[in-house]
Amino acid sequence: MSSMPDHPIKSIDIVNKGLNRRYRAEKRFRRIGLGAVVISITFLSLLFISIIGRGHGAVFQTHMLLEIHFDPEIFIGVEAGAADYARLVKQALHAQFPDAATRGEKRALYGIVSSGAAFQLRHMVMEDPGLIGKRQSIWVSADDDVDMLIKGNLSAESGRLSENQLAWIERLQAQARLKKKFNTAFFTAGDSREPEQAGILGAASGSFFTLLITLMLSFPIGVATAIYLEEFAPKNRWTDLIEVNINNLAAVPSIVFGLLGLAVFLNAFGLPRSAPLVGGLVLTLMTLPTIIIASRASLQSVPPSIRDAALGIGASKMQMILHHVLPLAMPGMLTGTIIGMARALGETAPLLMIGMVAFIVDIPGGFTDPASALPVQIYLWADSPERAFEERTAAATMTLLLFLIVMNGFAVVLRKRLERRW
Amino acid sequence: MFKKAMYLTVSLALLGFFATTPAAADAARDYVSIVGSSTVYPFATVVAEQFGKTTAFKTPKIESTGSGGGFQLFCTGVGVSYPDITNASRRMKKSECALCEKNGVQAVVEVKIGYDGIVMANTKKAKRLSLTRKALYLALAKKVPDPSGKEAWVENPYKTWKDIDAALPAKKIEVLGPPPTSGTRDAFVELVMENGAKSFGWIKAMDKKEFKNAAHTLREDGVYIEAGENDNLIVQKLEANPDALGIFGFSFLDQNTDKIQGAKIDGVAPSFDAIADGSYPVSRPLFFYVKKAHVGKIPGIAEYLKAFSSEKAWGPEGYLADKGLIPMPDAERKKTAADVANLNELPCDGLN
Repeated sequence: MSSMPDHPIKSIDIVNKGLNRRYRAEKRFRRIGLGAVVISITFLSLLFISIIGRGHGAVFQTHMLLEIHFDPEIFIGVEAGAADYARLVKQALHAQFPDAATRGEKRALYGIVSSGAAFQLRHMVMEDPGLIGKRQSIWVSADDDVDMLIKGNLSAESGRLSENQLAWIERLQAQARLKKKFNTAFFTAGDSREPEQAGILGAASGSFFTLLITLMLSFPIGVATAIYLEEFAPKNRWTDLIEVNINNLAAVPSIVFGLLGLAVFLNAFGLPRSAPLVGGLVLTLMTLPTIIIASRASLQSVPPSIRDAALGIGASKMQMILHHVLPLAMPGMLTGTIIGMARALGETAPLLMIGMVAFIVDIPGGFTDPASALPVQIYLWADSPERAFEERTAAATMTLLLFLIVMNGFAVVLRKRLERRW
Repeated sequence: MFKKAMYLTVSLALLGFFATTPAAADAARDYVSIVGSSTVYPFATVVAEQFGKTTAFKTPKIESTGSGGGFQLFCTGVGVSYPDITNASRRMKKSECALCEKNGVQAVVEVKIGYDGIVMANTKKAKRLSLTRKALYLALAKKVPDPSGKEAWVENPYKTWKDIDAALPAKKIEVLGPPPTSGTRDAFVELVMENGAKSFGWIKAMDKKEFKNAAHTLREDGVYIEAGENDNLIVQKLEANPDALGIFGFSFLDQNTDKIQGAKIDGVAPSFDAIADGSYPVSRPLFFYVKKAHVGKIPGIAEYLKAFSSEKAWGPEGYLADKGLIPMPDAERKKTAADVANLNELPCDGLN
């Protein structure tokens, strides 16, 4: 028998010996976590900085002050709506710069004003026919090349603007007749091929109608499915099969839903192409699994004691669900729905197949009007050759992100206000 | 209260769905529906927008589906649920015309709208290149004729432009271009690669299928980089990489003249005038096709055709020229406009 050591090893010694190492490991573990947070925040802020840095310019648009004379001559013999308003703009430009004499020079001169100026004048006369015959100073939007030059996105040597045009612009600037003003068109107009007239309202309305259909269909169907599966369905092979398939459906790439929409809603049912109605139906298919899964999870988190108590005091199963379980599960269901809707808001792939990736100028007024959607608008502008669409693409992205942040914020608030903990 | 809200939502949803469905399916369409090429898209949209703003008709709806996808949709049938017009950056194929006929789309009117140049450009920070179609073929084909002059194929050995032609700079060959799904790629292969291959007599003498195989296959060793359909992206990449050459449509060069420059091809630089008079060799015609059966049924088609074929739109001073479309010569424009006005049909037999 060997002799006992003088100091028997106590467990506290073993603990103490390893303590430093454990502290270090703990610190390392925390640092890795913190590092992960820092990395993701850095990427997020890089994204925001780059998008806002590029897109903030689109909030303002260069306008120029023109002395418009609503010459009664152009209104003779035609309706006020059909008059040649472009001539009024040309006359005003000509009065200001009489040095443009040749045909080419005149063309260059007319080129510094947006072709939307004529529509602006038309709108003014339609609103107030009393303008005819009067003279007025009016701010009209400048051509996109001028806008880019003023904003510093286009160098004067590019050749996009001729020497004459540059000289005219300088003179306008010297007379303070060139100013950046709030870009109302961007928030009130539909798509356009002229960057200075292009707006996101058309795409935003398209997204709104599409999401409304999606919400109206996917929320009730999703919640009803979840309630049935969770509260009523017997546990057997069939319900297992359904469950597996719902989970599978959640993982299907979104373009597949677009193909399905094309085959079923357009070809078999004969619904109109490019309509928010069909877009909504397709996105419903896509969001349903998300909502069902979230709703089931939140139903499961309602303690069984609530159900037992309700049944115990004589409530029917339907009363138990509608009066007690559902209100408690609602915050989770709503959160799931909003997250599903946020994903639907950002989708373009399924919309491609059903014709919503399209150039649509008129702002949709209903569920069957042709419409595009916000992410589609971003995609189409990103692909346009005009330089000025670059900042508009970024500005549209900002709008989409804003929508997403608002929706997700709404989900957080709902959860905070309605959630109950046990 | 909650119950009520729930019932209300459900019934509203169902009502909304069933109320709109049959109405929408039966209703006549009151706007022109256009599909097709992404190359023609920037031009067709300008006409559509002008048309919508200056007439009482609604603005036509234009989908960018690619030329092939456009013909597929266009030829599916006659009726409000099918498009009225399809844009194309190449001529309709015989097989597509046959598909149309099979599905009852008998009478189709072809409208040539003008030309589009394909440019090979690099950043302005580097020197402008002067290339030939033969040099481009040798730079980009997967298999090229043996440099020693034998009539045999070798894997493309060229690393720098100087390897191909001593007059060219000693810079790495690096070309960013569109993927095979793109009409621009089709046109590039046809106009540059085929032409370059034909400069070798023995390749030219090969049978059609073998020749196509030889001329159409691009390098896969990283020299030709498929940069996606987005031409803006290619322009941005060119700025970052002074050695790279990009392939895209003339309108993108036109809009970015402060950043990039087009290489001379066979001695001619890509400019509006050089493409218009045909001296710049790499240009292709653009088209759209109209379903005659829809004219008069869908409001606005005839008027849209008239707007498109007006001098104000496609003339040398027209607004399409401002967007980079190269107009046809005067006589051809006049003739096409007359054909369009009479809705002259396109026979399938004349197509390839």
